[in-house]
Amino acid sequence: MAFNPTPKQVSLIKGAVFVAALLPFLWGALQVFGGELVEPLEYITHETGDWALYLLCITLAITPVRRLTGWNWLVKLRRMLGLYTFFYALLHFIAFFWFDHFFDLAAMLRDVAKRPFILVGFTAFVLLIPLAATSTNGMIKRLGGKRWQWLHKLIYVIAPLAVLHFWWMKAAKNNLAQPALFAAIVIVLLGLRFYWSRAKTRTAARA
Amino acid sequence: MLIKSSRDGLNPPLSSEITPREVYEERRKFIARMAAGAVAGSALWEMANREAFAQGAPAQKLAARANPALSTTEPRTAFKDATGYNNFYEFGLDKGDPAENAHTLQTRPWTVSIEGEVKKPMRLDIDSLTKLAPLEERVYRLRCVEGWSMVIPWVGYSLSNLIKHVEPTGNARYVEFTTLADRKQMPGLRSGVLDWPYVEGLRLDEAMHPLALLTVGMYGQVLPNQNGAPVRVVVPWKYGFKSAKSIVRIRFTRDQPKTAWNDSAPSEYGFYSNVNPKVDHPRWSQATERRIGEDGFFKKKRETLMFNGYPEVASLYAGMDLKKFF
Repeated sequence: MAFNPTPKQVSLIKGAVFVAALLPFLWGALQVFGGELVEPLEYITHETGDWALYLLCITLAITPVRRLTGWNWLVKLRRMLGLYTFFYALLHFIAFFWFDHFFDLAAMLRDVAKRPFILVGFTAFVLLIPLAATSTNGMIKRLGGKRWQWLHKLIYVIAPLAVLHFWWMKAAKNNLAQPALFAAIVIVLLGLRFYWSRAKTRTAARA
Repeated sequence: MLIKSSRDGLNPPLSSEITPREVYEERRKFIARMAAGAVAGSALWEMANREAFAQGAPAQKLAARANPALSTTEPRTAFKDATGYNNFYEFGLDKGDPAENAHTLQTRPWTVSIEGEVKKPMRLDIDSLTKLAPLEERVYRLRCVEGWSMVIPWVGYSLSNLIKHVEPTGNARYVEFTTLADRKQMPGLRSGVLDWPYVEGLRLDEAMHPLALLTVGMYGQVLPNQNGAPVRVVVPWKYGFKSAKSIVRIRFTRDQPKTAWNDSAPSEYGFYSNVNPKVDHPRWSQATERRIGEDGFFKKKRETLMFNGYPEVASLYAGMDLKKFF
């Protein structure tokens, strides 16, 4: 199924994806300021966490989908999707820092150190920062392609941490259907990469 | 000379002296509408409100005398919040689900079977149960194990009235409460989150404490379905899940009952589950709480009080290590 949009069409698609990924934020803001929610703080915390995870999975899906369909232009969406992942993760972190600790840094860090569930989520967030910070063309040039790529492999650590954070959050309530779904998605997305890299090594060895 | 004292709670104000729910709710709605109008437009707000109250049907009033001696004077949580945000897994896992789904619950006819170690086992229909003792209004703090809290005016009477009525035998040491589990009425039973039916329990002396309330109403009306209609208990010094809803059986036992959350995750939810700021849940702190409608955005979360601010129950646990028996 060949689909090779012109550069102009690619920019249109990019614009549409930009708006689509912003919609959860706009919708959430409308809900919060609409005043109908009983517990807006919980709503904000959960929604931003959910969307950080959704966008993380979508970002991770770009490479496998591109490989399976041959739609190489998809890579042009990846940076934006990655930055949106960071955007929602940042909002999620701010919600935690604000609503749970009222910007008390020492209290927040104590909480992080004490609770594995928060520690893994916090670690995933912190690891996202260098990726967001090196997302510009300038930074790619400065780091050099190889080193930049190596750094961005951090996402393979971040994704399982994010799923674990979600898993532990739901575990007490014995409500694991959703975390199991996301664990499966991340396993498939990372597993495909592993399989392909093994296949490549084998081919190289035969040659 | 006749000295009126509010300590003994014998001369509470008549319920007619208290601002009726409709009146203060109307005030709150007015204020909320002013705020919402600025953002979303009041037409939208009206629509949303109509929808939210559509489930409410005509609420049946319940006459009750206020009991100020056993009530907090803290601001009450808005009726809309207390009835629109709660946990009742039989109707779904999200806190908006009970309000949305509990209309399928049939609260009449309703019989509560009282069995086990009692001299007078009996089956009481909801009307006889409601008339067993004079109804009181008690404004209690409610602290959820998840870290949020509310202030709710409940209507009921001390559970001890019912316990004395059925005369426990010398063997009775615990009281077990069983919630209805009917798949036809409770869509949440399809989930395997807990072993149904939901069972909770108290030690007999805990159940006999005057604060333990057999509850048939809130905010001056019969319990809305989502809050555990037609009859539940409210044990204000324990985390909310200890207060069983929509009760169909009360059983007196020698041995500690197997309770739902304790059975599902014993390391996270103890049998006692007294509100205790010093014993954290494994995944979050219990030192603070967010009072719904008050704390969070612009106000720091408040400190959680030992026994949820009911120190009079402390003697029940004299000599017990509450870190071990959490």
